[in-house]
Amino acid sequence: MNWLDINLPLVVLIPFAGAALAAWAARFHRVAAAWTAGGVALLSLALLLPSAIDTFAGETLIQSWAWMPSIGLWFAFRLDGLALLFALLILVIGLLVILYARYYLSAKDSMGRFFAYLLMFMGSMLGIVLSENLLQLIVFWELTSLTSFLLISYWQHRKDAREGARMALAITGAGGLAMLGGVLLLGHVVGSYQLTDVLASGELIQQHPLYTVILVLILLGVFTKSAQFPFHFWLPHAMAAPTPVSAYLHSATMVKAGIFMLARLFPALSGTIEWNLLVGGAGLATLLIGAYTALFKHDLKGLLAYSTISHLGLITLLFGFGTPLAAVAAIFHIINHATFKASLFMVAGIIDHETGTRDMRKLNGLLKYMPHTALLAMIASAAMAGVPLLNGFLSKEMFFEQAVSASDAQGWTWLVPVLVTIAAIFSVAYSLRFIHDVFFNGEPIDLPKTPHEPPRFMKIPVDLLVLICLAVGMLPMFTVAPILAVAVAGTLQTTPPEYSLALWHGFTLPLWMSIIALVLGVALYTVRQRLFDWHERTLHHWDARVIFNALLNGLIKTAHKVSRRFDQGSLQNASAWIVVAALVAGGWGFWLSQQPLLGDRVLLDIDPVSLLMGVLLIVASVLTALWHRQRLVSLIILGVVGLIVSLIFVKFSAPDLALTQLSVEVVTIVLMLLALYYLPQTTPKESASPRQWRDLALALVSGIAVTLLTMSVLSRDFVPISDFFLAKALPEGGGTNVVNVILVDFRGIDTLGEIVVLALAGLGVYAMLKGMSLPAPSHDINGLAWHTDKHSPIMQTLTRLLLPLTLLIAVYIFLRGHNLPGGGFIAGLIAAIALIVQYLANGIVWTRERLPVDMHKVVGVGLLIATGTGLVAMGINFPFLTSTFTHLHWPIVGEFEVASAIAFDLGVFLVVVGSTVIALVRLGELSHSAPNITAEKQ
Amino acid sequence: MMSLTITPVLLPLIAGFSLLLLRQQSLAVQRLFSLGFILALVMIALNLVSTAASGEHQVYLAGNWMAPFGIVFVLDQLSALMVLLTALLALAAMTYTIAHKIDELGAHFHVLFQLQLFGLNGAFMTGDVFNLFVFFEVLLLASYGLLLHGGGRLRTKAGLHYVVINLIGSTLFLFAVGALYGAVGTLNLADMADKIAQAPEERHGLIASAGLLLLIVFGLKAAMFPLYLWLPAAYSQTSAPVAIIRVHGTLFGEAAGPLAYLHIDWVLVSGLITLVLAALAVIAAKGLREQVAYLVLASVATLLIGIGLNRDGSLAATLFYLVHSTLIAAALFLLADTISRGRGDFADKFVSAPAIPQAIFIGAVFMFAAIAMTGMPPLSGFFGKLALLNSALTHPWIFTIFAVVLLSSLLLIIAMARAGSLLFYRTQPTTESVTTPPNRLALSAVLALLSVAALMVVFANPMHEWTQSIAQQQLAHSTYLNAVLSTPVITREVSP
Repeated sequence: MNWLDINLPLVVLIPFAGAALAAWAARFHRVAAAWTAGGVALLSLALLLPSAIDTFAGETLIQSWAWMPSIGLWFAFRLDGLALLFALLILVIGLLVILYARYYLSAKDSMGRFFAYLLMFMGSMLGIVLSENLLQLIVFWELTSLTSFLLISYWQHRKDAREGARMALAITGAGGLAMLGGVLLLGHVVGSYQLTDVLASGELIQQHPLYTVILVLILLGVFTKSAQFPFHFWLPHAMAAPTPVSAYLHSATMVKAGIFMLARLFPALSGTIEWNLLVGGAGLATLLIGAYTALFKHDLKGLLAYSTISHLGLITLLFGFGTPLAAVAAIFHIINHATFKASLFMVAGIIDHETGTRDMRKLNGLLKYMPHTALLAMIASAAMAGVPLLNGFLSKEMFFEQAVSASDAQGWTWLVPVLVTIAAIFSVAYSLRFIHDVFFNGEPIDLPKTPHEPPRFMKIPVDLLVLICLAVGMLPMFTVAPILAVAVAGTLQTTPPEYSLALWHGFTLPLWMSIIALVLGVALYTVRQRLFDWHERTLHHWDARVIFNALLNGLIKTAHKVSRRFDQGSLQNASAWIVVAALVAGGWGFWLSQQPLLGDRVLLDIDPVSLLMGVLLIVASVLTALWHRQRLVSLIILGVVGLIVSLIFVKFSAPDLALTQLSVEVVTIVLMLLALYYLPQTTPKESASPRQWRDLALALVSGIAVTLLTMSVLSRDFVPISDFFLAKALPEGGGTNVVNVILVDFRGIDTLGEIVVLALAGLGVYAMLKGMSLPAPSHDINGLAWHTDKHSPIMQTLTRLLLPLTLLIAVYIFLRGHNLPGGGFIAGLIAAIALIVQYLANGIVWTRERLPVDMHKVVGVGLLIATGTGLVAMGINFPFLTSTFTHLHWPIVGEFEVASAIAFDLGVFLVVVGSTVIALVRLGELSHSAPNITAEKQ
Repeated sequence: MMSLTITPVLLPLIAGFSLLLLRQQSLAVQRLFSLGFILALVMIALNLVSTAASGEHQVYLAGNWMAPFGIVFVLDQLSALMVLLTALLALAAMTYTIAHKIDELGAHFHVLFQLQLFGLNGAFMTGDVFNLFVFFEVLLLASYGLLLHGGGRLRTKAGLHYVVINLIGSTLFLFAVGALYGAVGTLNLADMADKIAQAPEERHGLIASAGLLLLIVFGLKAAMFPLYLWLPAAYSQTSAPVAIIRVHGTLFGEAAGPLAYLHIDWVLVSGLITLVLAALAVIAAKGLREQVAYLVLASVATLLIGIGLNRDGSLAATLFYLVHSTLIAAALFLLADTISRGRGDFADKFVSAPAIPQAIFIGAVFMFAAIAMTGMPPLSGFFGKLALLNSALTHPWIFTIFAVVLLSSLLLIIAMARAGSLLFYRTQPTTESVTTPPNRLALSAVLALLSVAALMVVFANPMHEWTQSIAQQQLAHSTYLNAVLSTPVITREVSP
């Protein structure tokens, strides 16, 4: 593979790799990081330049690989004139900034971190300008937001740096997201995210109904990034960054990304009245506000920041005019602004570096301390002001010309040249202030340092940039013309229009505008003091940052409020929401289908016993709720509910379920009684009345809803798959008790899961209560002391007698389970009850001495047996838990059936016994380990 | 019939009771066992993924009973993916646990951990609605136990909320399954889908009602609005969104006639609301852990939106995002824990504190994780969202969806920038506080998880092709139905 086929992605990615390298190099020597950074930038430049030849020949180079092609994302790069111009600006100015920063950073600043961030930022910028795929462009776009966050917050101990960085991230990040939305829609309209396709579909896009939305969303991205009104306010706060960062971000890169986007999408989006109004309007407003505010900034970098805003507005306004010639002027001014603004930021940095302040009220008369720097500053400022023979003059003339020709179009547009001239007047005034206030105007006022010239290499980047300003200003045809021509061709995607870079066009209206601006600008500067006073009194307090902060605080407050409203950490509230949601969902289902709630099956008659049971069930439930604050009473009534449920099972011929329900009931009640022992006998009233009424209403509605749902099922004919179970239970499952065969065979996995749940419950209780001890109450509810004899002999005797009997019943129930009501689960509960009674009657220590079994092991073995039964089947190539059975002939007993499922059931049995005993003993031990009781006894 | 299909379910179960039997052994032995089982699970999961890649459903008839009478386990690409994700998460979490000796804080940590994996894998593999309920119960109990691990008042309170809310969910689950069984008379997912498609019209109300109830249950488990209230105190599961894809996607798919896509708009609307509320809560969070919990909620909400889109490519995008969010959320949880440990008594509270040890490195890791989690370029979260938004372009609610997703992203970015700035920038001069430097092993677990965010970008194409293939298989309902309902049992030789 020819390396020229992959050089564009390399140009972009090398700075990212270089960032890591620079951070690593800094471990050996501070300056090594700077050298690395410089080398990396040079390498990228070297990789880019060979392709530039083709670009100058008018070719567009595209290198593309599939990334996520199904969503239109390609790893695709593009080099045309526009991309080349920006890539060169980024790399060349980047190199100068690296050289400058090497001398700017002080000994306590980490060079490695700085250059790593700077290189990542450089890579992101190169990614933006060299992307062919718009989605990929967004990736790099957001990356510049992130890396500039790191750069701006470089001096992280400073509050203004942190806040400035966060503000920049919020604003440009928001814009990036809006732009993502716009690009997605744009790609949807075009059918591709590749720039080649998008740029060729201008007409299609502009006639699409989504055009305005796309335009607004993309412009939001552009305006936030390029600090256009009303999003301009983040830029001055980003000045908290080290000056090399400002020089880089605010001359050639970060803020130019938005401008780049305007140029890039110019053929696709421009040419409509929406474009003219939105882009032109924002540009004009920004131009004026920036130029005006810059004059009143006493901070050198503040002045430059607003001047940057103003010039960005100028470029935006040019694009807003929408004509090819305006685009030429815009591109030209991009180049010029990058050169003079980078040098001015560097000058500001030098002054700050050598004097210790940037306040123009203190900085005066520096000319004699640093004449070289002063000269550079004067030339660059003059370029900024648009003084003839400098590059700024040329593009400004073109700008005036465009403003004049735009004003021909419509009635009110005569305002445009006027406003533009006013902006130019301010521009001259603040440029003059930058020179006069700093280098003349008397003597410096208590500077922190004695000023002198900076190190030689710190000035070289400025020298070079100023040289470019001069060269372009005087010999445009021999310097800037070729690159300008290809850049314009790349922007417009056609042959550029005719334009002239000549210095002299005769006494045209634009020249007069320049002259007026220069004269009035000087005049304005002379009366500055009165203006400052007036500004101080009136407009000074208007700061968009205040609005931004108010919005942000409002957002945070709202967030707190909303979150508190929904999440009060209240279980009752959460439960109520769930119940309401379930009611709505259930009701919606019926409403949606417009089908009758009930079926047409004839209902059975009610017999008196069932009615009585039903009424009892309701009364018991209501009483449980009513008396819930007397815990013992409500628990007993709850027992009634359980009992009736098991009777209902009996009534509907489900003896297994009835047995299970009964034994579960016993175990649960014992468990809860043990728990109640540690709780107060009564609970205080916790909920206010309205809450209770709400809950009552919810309970009633839910009850009715569940009844209706049940009725809806019961009133329809039922055609389940259960016939299969009835038919196969004996011949293939080896048992006549279908319920048990379902549990241990047909749906054995369910049972396996449920015993795991039970085991988890037991182990969970154990883990939760381990090491915990609660003071046992010494008195009962009526204040009577508990009897000192904890273990009544009558109960002890009785339960010891009952133990073998109960265990025998458990074995019996277990063994007959497969054919008659019973099974491992019920048997396990019965055995557990038998053992628990021993603990209750004789105390834990006594029982444990006689039953030295680790119940954890019992649970483990139970799970082992149950799972093992299934694994055996797998061992002989049948699926997990496949059962088999056979008939054995035992002497005396006779014909005897053995199903493998009985082993599974044994596992169930052991888990049930083990888990139940673990939980209950643990609860019992809570007081057992409580010292006060044992002490009392002794 | 391949035994491989059931192995990911059985292995953690065997690990669970083996560890229970080994409980008298030293913790070192238990750790070795636990980690060994998880490593084996990772291997098996990789094997599952490669087996499933054929695109055929592997149906396992447990107990050798024909579907719909027995319980089936189904290996398809989705379940293979989820098992792999679970195993990788488990590996990272276990490494972190061992590194910080978290298992010393209470009893039975390893047993509970393995049984939680049993519940998760079972829930991903099962093809039976009631069996899904059982595995959700296993999951609930195990995670409740783990939630209480280490004790303390706050944990106990959060745990109580978690278990009560989930028990309400279980009750609703039973109502829903009962009603569905009453309406169509079967519990097997494939059979149920088949019967729903053929159900007489007068039963549609009942089926729709039960289906939506079931959605509420999964929504509750996924912490969907308005059911998410318990989440900040606990943590979220990706199992529930997957259950929606699996259960509702199958039952109310294209073939369900008038009931087709019954759940879609519900999921979408709740996803949108949840995302807004989660983003606000991320802003309002007072501590890092709370913030992370809500970030996770935001990503669950994004998943729900993805499910609710129901457009070409949206399921593939959702799954892409799911892989990202599962692993990155876990990493962020672990990272939040690391940061709180480094801050000593200040823990994870959003107040200015002395710089933590190795602040620059941990700060960089935090920034990386934050970029991934908030869906900023150039990490996986952005590409997931990109794919989702791209598939939303043809949706009638496109503007609402774009507005909610993009604005909530902005809120997350603002919140994370504030958090990071406070935790790592606005530090106080160090006093003589006792803070421990981060544990290398623990940190490596976090970094391993985070590396996915970069890998998924570099290998976005194969990754996305994979999720597309998973989605395609998931949407081909009739293949699933045929596979499940026609798998034969192994015929027995008649015993002598």
